[in-house]
Amino acid sequence: MTTLRYVYAVVRPGGPPLPGELRGVSGAPVGTVDGGGVTAVVSPVPAEEWDEEPLRANLENLDWLERAARGHQQVVDAVAALGVALPLRLATLCRDEEGVRRMLDGDAQRFERAFGILEGRDEWGVKIFTEPDPAGGSGGGGAEAGGTGTGGPAPSRPASGRDYLRQRQAHRRSREDSSRRADTWARRVHDELVTLAEHTRLHQPQNARLSGAAGENVLNAAYLVPRDQAGPFAARVGELARDTAGLRVELTGPWAPYSFTAFATGAEEGGGTGSGSAGAAPAAGASAGERA
Amino acid sequence: MTSPLPGPYGQSGNSANLADILERVLDKGVVIAGDIRINLLDIELLTIKLRLIVASVDKAKEMGIDWWEHDPALSSGAKRRELAEENERLRERIAALEEQRQAVPAGGEAAGLPEASGASRDSGDDPGRENEREPERENEQKEKNG
Repeated sequence: MTTLRYVYAVVRPGGPPLPGELRGVSGAPVGTVDGGGVTAVVSPVPAEEWDEEPLRANLENLDWLERAARGHQQVVDAVAALGVALPLRLATLCRDEEGVRRMLDGDAQRFERAFGILEGRDEWGVKIFTEPDPAGGSGGGGAEAGGTGTGGPAPSRPASGRDYLRQRQAHRRSREDSSRRADTWARRVHDELVTLAEHTRLHQPQNARLSGAAGENVLNAAYLVPRDQAGPFAARVGELARDTAGLRVELTGPWAPYSFTAFATGAEEGGGTGSGSAGAAPAAGASAGERA
Repeated sequence: MTSPLPGPYGQSGNSANLADILERVLDKGVVIAGDIRINLLDIELLTIKLRLIVASVDKAKEMGIDWWEHDPALSSGAKRRELAEENERLRERIAALEEQRQAVPAGGEAAGLPEASGASRDSGDDPGRENEREPERENEQKEKNG
């Protein structure tokens, strides 16, 4: 059986040993390959699953993709817990260890730069959702991210066409008010968290149908926070969450610094808004620059 | 895949929201060209939706994913919804016409112009208005073309 090498992350050479029980995306033990002045965290994977052709097919299978993504993430987690780690994108694959060394060669400088920027810091994700509209679903808009609770009973039947119009208009007004309020709060929360983070990235709002989350995602941001500031950061998020009536604030992390690798390795200029300034938090995007 | 790992990072691999993970592992992280070249941009989050169909619909539904039911191209459920929406548009139209009819005998300066049927709809700040008028515009366009 031919095997390929799956590469999860790049770390500094000479770090602490990986946990012995750590398994890769296909269940094989995880090891390291040194090259180009850094260390790659790798595991063997069967070619019949991961070579170009089967991989392309497998990526189309959400169950397979989920297993792979969680497996990748789990190894990256374990490695990041040991020291600064640069997570690689899913499905970075070489034919053999020689290929891994070739791949790493010549990138020492940008990796070293990234280690310096990211060491001792974690990524935290903060998302804000509107609470789903209890009267939602009955509206004609149809496209609202109403979550899974469709098919609820309709509100009281209007007596006349005029009543009907009035109901619809009141309903829309309240929805409009609530999205304006959500937007204001999203900016406020983000503006505040930016001051507690070294760098920030705004991601595109998540698709409710993929995340399964109820309500509309109005802020999806990542913050790079020094590890010794994680407590205060999380506490502040908690306070802001309590203040934001009608909105749901979600904190995730700590993550390996996925959202900041492009910036830290110099693949991307500056520390601005990143890829996701579009969507529901445009103004937050304008002020999202890093504070460093 | 294995037992939960120790350390502050242990949680995210096991229990984190799939969307949170995919957003990171597919779209962020260091991009470095290995020997196997696959363009992961091909499977960005939006297109993953399409692949859900190919995967398991039941699994997706368990996860609360049912977006395809809104997509006319993919589901008969969506057809029903389309009908329901059209129904609703028609009801609004009837309501507007009712108002207009009541308004005409009431006052001399009443909105007697044909376009006035839309007047009540234009009176509020109505974010859905544009969308709702869209089908009418399309029809006009078709008539012109036809």
